[in-house]
Amino acid sequence: MSPTLLSYGDLAVASLLVVLNAALSFWLDLGLTRTVLVAAIRAVVQLMLVGLLLKTVFALASPPLIGAVLLAMLLSASYEIASRQERRFAGFWAYGIGATTTMLATVLVIAFALAGTLRPDPWYAPQVVVPLAGIILGNVMNGVSVSLNAFSTAVVRERTAIEARLALGADRATALKPLQRSALRTSMIPIVNQMSAAGIITLPGMMTGQILAGMEPVEAAKYQILILFLIAGGAGLGALAATYAAAWRITDERDRLRLDRLQQK
Amino acid sequence: MLEARSLRRLHLGPIGFTLAACECVSVAGRSGAGKSLLLRMVADLDPHDGEVGLDGALCAAMPAPAWRRMVTYVAADAGWWDDRVAAHFAPDIDLAALLPRVGIPPDAVAWPVARLSTGERQRLALLRALRPTNRVLRLDEPTSGLDRASSELVEALLRERLGAGTAILMVTHDPDQAARMASRHLEVRDGKLVELAP
Repeated sequence: MSPTLLSYGDLAVASLLVVLNAALSFWLDLGLTRTVLVAAIRAVVQLMLVGLLLKTVFALASPPLIGAVLLAMLLSASYEIASRQERRFAGFWAYGIGATTTMLATVLVIAFALAGTLRPDPWYAPQVVVPLAGIILGNVMNGVSVSLNAFSTAVVRERTAIEARLALGADRATALKPLQRSALRTSMIPIVNQMSAAGIITLPGMMTGQILAGMEPVEAAKYQILILFLIAGGAGLGALAATYAAAWRITDERDRLRLDRLQQK
Repeated sequence: MLEARSLRRLHLGPIGFTLAACECVSVAGRSGAGKSLLLRMVADLDPHDGEVGLDGALCAAMPAPAWRRMVTYVAADAGWWDDRVAAHFAPDIDLAALLPRVGIPPDAVAWPVARLSTGERQRLALLRALRPTNRVLRLDEPTSGLDRASSELVEALLRERLGAGTAILMVTHDPDQAARMASRHLEVRDGKLVELAP
């Protein structure tokens, strides 16, 4: 079976479902009409633009252009991470910790995938690098933002416990270890769920897409497994790096707790 | 033994004082005067100016954890980092034998921290800070929430420490306790530390 190419007419038919939804909301006075329509229009505009952009990037296959696309993705991920934080670090570090740890984990995992398993030719082939970066970056972003938020809110909440340990002569790594562990555990729950539920409760989106596009199911499953491993590795690595960076920044070289380095509310 | 010179942070300072072995010094002052801030500075828990030394060895010249094991600080609202009482004590301590010294039943070893009353927490926080390594204790209102009998137990324990050569700097709001325990009396007033006439 070859992939069924969709016409704009097909999409228009599918959009009737959204319109129906909006109409129901209007009749039942749910107050969602506008929200649903705006979200649907945003999805159309954003995805078509991305499609056009990727078409250009794929056609040109120029390394600087690919690099620029990846950088833009990374910057917006860093912005999102900072926006998710209840207690941000002050100054540069509000973005710095999220950006550096996300970049570290994403670049490592992509390099690993390109060199170890996918081996595209040329190695920077945008058809492989850009979607791969997208799916890994998204998951690293989740891991980093959840662990960072869990860690910094816990440090603020547990201030007296941490300082009690420091006052009795524990070093900063010992005093922060339990909080680091629990932040990491929290951040890994979604990816662990995703792996355990894969195929039973949900058919992952990427695998669904590949099967619809005509790929043999076992081959699609293999691809999905590869991606799950890559995002689990990336998210875990990113979250780990983020809690270490945050632990380093929220204490100083004299083993003091420095809550003054968080933004004041 | 302990010497502090020109300590300064926020509205507090410059402050200097000395503390000899076996000596207990009381620190009084109105709430918010900076008594806890002073103790925290000596523990190097906040960035500050000035220096503190123990027998000539400067705090800044050694790792902060090593300093804090010798010059130990017990906060008024000391925190708990584990659910179980026993987890807060070094494994080489016979805790069950130690607990009755501060009027807490020995089976409290197996209790969760959540079961402790305010007064029990206060005494346990002091107990966990008493280690063979500490040479100076800085206590922030060690008996503020305690009844008479428990206070006396705590004071007896502290006197035993003084006898063994430890120096104690103690914040207290109770003039009677200051008179019982301390040989010198200091007061934090308008950001300065003043010595009260004996």
